[in-house]
Amino acid sequence: MIEQFFFYMFAIAAVVSAVLVISVRNPVHSAFYLIVCFLQVAAIYILLRSPFLAAVQLFIYVGAIMVLFLFAVLVLDIGREQFRERFHGQTVPALAAVAGLFVVMGILVVSGKITAPLGPFDEPALMKNTEVIGKSLYTSYIFPFEVVSILLLIALIGAVVLVMSGQGKENKG
Amino acid sequence: MPDTSTIIEFILIIVKAGAIAMVLFGLPLPLTWLERKIAGHIQVRLGPYRVGPHGLLQPFADMIKLLMKEDIVPYKADKLLFVIAPLLAMVPAFAVFAAIPFGEKVTIPGLDYELTLYLSDMNVGILYILAMSGLGIYGIILGGWASNSKYSLLGGLRSSAQMISYEIAVSFAVIGVVMLANSLSLLDIVRAQGGNILHWNILYLPVGPVWFFIFIIGSTAEINRIPFDLPEDEGTLAAGFHTEYSGMKFAFFMLAEYIAMVTVSVLAVILFFGGWNAPFYIPLPIPPIFWFLAKVSFFIYLFMWIRFTLPRYRYDQLMNIGWKILLPLSLVNVLATGLMRLYF
Repeated sequence: MIEQFFFYMFAIAAVVSAVLVISVRNPVHSAFYLIVCFLQVAAIYILLRSPFLAAVQLFIYVGAIMVLFLFAVLVLDIGREQFRERFHGQTVPALAAVAGLFVVMGILVVSGKITAPLGPFDEPALMKNTEVIGKSLYTSYIFPFEVVSILLLIALIGAVVLVMSGQGKENKG
Repeated sequence: MPDTSTIIEFILIIVKAGAIAMVLFGLPLPLTWLERKIAGHIQVRLGPYRVGPHGLLQPFADMIKLLMKEDIVPYKADKLLFVIAPLLAMVPAFAVFAAIPFGEKVTIPGLDYELTLYLSDMNVGILYILAMSGLGIYGIILGGWASNSKYSLLGGLRSSAQMISYEIAVSFAVIGVVMLANSLSLLDIVRAQGGNILHWNILYLPVGPVWFFIFIIGSTAEINRIPFDLPEDEGTLAAGFHTEYSGMKFAFFMLAEYIAMVTVSVLAVILFFGGWNAPFYIPLPIPPIFWFLAKVSFFIYLFMWIRFTLPRYRYDQLMNIGWKILLPLSLVNVLATGLMRLYF
């Protein structure tokens, strides 16, 4: 009962802030509402009995990625015209996509196909789930885990290479 | 209908949270006085001396000044974010204390009721603290941007770059401690250091002191104190991100900064100096909280001491220290710690 109240509170806040992310004119305000949205998602993770995921969501998304995001947005020089036109002519396709998704999800929910079996863990075991996550990450999901780490490494090297090549041109010119 | 013990638990949590918040709100008063007195002694002068005996009432005078000051919002500022930013800086600083333990259970004499000296024993405690204390940065970045002033914006930008660079090193230092304690819970981390001084993480040779070194440098940078206070570098940036702030909004930023300093001192004690464990066996009934507060006070003093002893780094030096010294050192140290845990 109380849990449901909190879920609706966080869910409504998440949806409202997500809508604000794309509807406000100022990019810094957009970033701010995106932070709010991420915070609500972290709160919902706690309701789902996964405090580890919630803490990681706060730490990585809100604490690191959004800081870099804001850093980039702050130094961007966006002209006034781009503020005025918010949706860049994407309104109709976007609305169609949203409506399609809504219908598909609705059918799935009504037909009762959106259910996942509960895992073999009871509630107290779930609250101490750090170890469970660690074990499954390094045993059953070791291959995707390593692939992701290589992907991130490639992105890292790519970023460094991009910066280096830009510097070389400046020096020549 | 919940039974009486649940209701008592519930009320106790609210009382404890309220007590912690009140202490945190009051803490900057003695800390500002101490900071100015210590500055005075280090620079061979008296420090505040006029208001009250030995200037003891100076913080109250400061408080009245801050309350009475005109609260200016610059004409071209972004009103919403300008007003929210001090709160964004302050709220996470308080929220961190939801996970910080001050001791184990104590029995209240007379009532025979067991009281826990912490709000919650989260099993992801240290991760929560790192995440929460990282959120305070938004107050600085958004406050700097919303002021619509070049100095403030530069202060905010410097702060975000600095935070990202040093957060990595601090997180690695915490990972080192987590590897030593086998737990993310702060209570377990302190319990793992039980016994005498030899069990403290700082004396887990040779990696313990290195972790402490990385942690203390990284967190000094994260809480924007000298020698890493580039975001409010008065030599080049007026007052950095809070140039345009006055009155109580400015006070909120200062409050957040002092609480962050206390948080880092508390974390240094919990992670490396055995928390509330006594350094050696003393046949006297000294309560553990005494050791805890004594160690925390030492670290608060250390931060003030450093502030009035060291000059400020240049910005490129700051980046070099973060990326070229602390980061490789932490990577090597993770490996060393892992090998030591495996073979010793």
